[in-house]
Amino acid sequence: MLLDVGNSQRLKSVALCGLTILIVAGVGIALASQATSQTQPPAAAGTSSSASSAPAGQGTTRGPTGSAPSTQAVQGGLNVVVLDPAHGGTDLGARGTGGIQESEITMEFAAEVRRALEQQGFQVVQTRQGNENPSFDDRSAIANAQRNAVFITLHIASTGLPGTVRVYVNSDLPAAASANGFIPWDRAQAPYLGLSRKLGNQVQGMLTQRFKGSPDAAETAAIRQLRTTAAPAIAVEVSSVVVNDRADLDHMAPAVADAIARGAAAFRPLYIIPGAGGAAP
Amino acid sequence: MIQPMAEPALEPAKERWKFWVTALLVFAVVGAAIFVPILRKRMKRAQRLQQQSEEQARRELIQPVPMNPSDPRVKAKLFWLSDADNSVLAPVMVELPLSSDPVLRSKQVLNTLLAGPVDVELRTLPPDAVLLALYILSDGTAIADFSEALATSIPSGIASEQLAVDSMARTLEANVPQVKRLKILIHGQEAETLAGHVDLTGTFAVNLDAGQAPANPVAAPAAGKAGALLTPLTPVSSTVKLTQR
Repeated sequence: MLLDVGNSQRLKSVALCGLTILIVAGVGIALASQATSQTQPPAAAGTSSSASSAPAGQGTTRGPTGSAPSTQAVQGGLNVVVLDPAHGGTDLGARGTGGIQESEITMEFAAEVRRALEQQGFQVVQTRQGNENPSFDDRSAIANAQRNAVFITLHIASTGLPGTVRVYVNSDLPAAASANGFIPWDRAQAPYLGLSRKLGNQVQGMLTQRFKGSPDAAETAAIRQLRTTAAPAIAVEVSSVVVNDRADLDHMAPAVADAIARGAAAFRPLYIIPGAGGAAP
Repeated sequence: MIQPMAEPALEPAKERWKFWVTALLVFAVVGAAIFVPILRKRMKRAQRLQQQSEEQARRELIQPVPMNPSDPRVKAKLFWLSDADNSVLAPVMVELPLSSDPVLRSKQVLNTLLAGPVDVELRTLPPDAVLLALYILSDGTAIADFSEALATSIPSGIASEQLAVDSMARTLEANVPQVKRLKILIHGQEAETLAGHVDLTGTFAVNLDAGQAPANPVAAPAAGKAGALLTPLTPVSSTVKLTQR
């Protein structure tokens, strides 16, 4: 009998504890969801590029997660580079000899590129700071929330002549503007393809001066990351993870960074805001 | 006098009981010693037979489309990596008996492409990838379903993945005029990318000739149209409801 009483008391206290935990968790979740809904400004907030808006129902538009300097943007001038070290987290990307992982090397390259871009007067927003793996749409959303920005995604190939660098722009996407002037999120790159090609050619030109054997002009590829990006966007792919010594790749980083920064700077006068004053890209 | 008389009668009964139990135990142990290995062998054999039949079924399911020798031998143009420059594709003429049926023909050329060129360094697709199924819709969209090895064994990268897709699109373009677009599935599922880079959510242009507006006049690629990704929302592909995400 005594034992039973003890048990029931213990049960009561356990139940009370459980209830308290549930209530606390519930309040926590409610607060968190309120907070996230407040930090979801529409990507189309920019007045100058309504083209970057996403259609309702996609559910993938998210606010910027980097240090968002869009408020300081000078209207009409390119001053932000969204830098995307590809892969991360469980997605290691290309894997080469001696445990070389694309996701790690892209972060190292990003640090160099960031430094070089800042020297050229750009503000840099990175899509990831550490070893995490935001989705393609999350990364695009960071670029889409910026005004006067370009997007550069960094990759290390698992093929190609070691010591060469290739720049890619997205392959053709059908013109996508609908009657109301909005373009679908999944074709956000379409109006920017012309500008992306100009940016790609500038950067490729600078890279080819430093890395012999690289192509003369940017190439096209159906790159998932670029398709949803509403800004001039390029992918830079360094060859390759298949090197005898990781130091071979590390030695390339400063020159790659310098070439990208100079290419972006050379693109500045070519940058015309899509939709502003009737100047279509 | 009575008690001592009873004891001798009980003793043999006890002894007999013990004897039978021991005999039973010995019998069980001997029986187990004989039958357990036999049973184990039988189980192993049954398991092996089952595995064999599964493997057999899989092989039958995915076996390459046989070439029919009675089909006219034609010079098929297959695209693998160029010997001179591994970053581009080059056509190789191979004489094959190809069916006139576009589905069979597509399967035959894609399987030949998967089998790879003589120089294995020039292959564009992983050797363990298998074409599981191929259909052609009435609008000319070929849906090619590959095993997971296509995504897992291909060297990850923008260049390598784009070359893989281009080699398929250009090979179909050169040999099967009925195919207008190519949609790639991985193990029956739509994949977001091939191996982290190239977009598989849409269809790839194969034979987009007269009547089709150019995809985007602003940025016409220099390197051929085959392989360019069409968006999931082109009027034609939206009617087949394949590429919606």
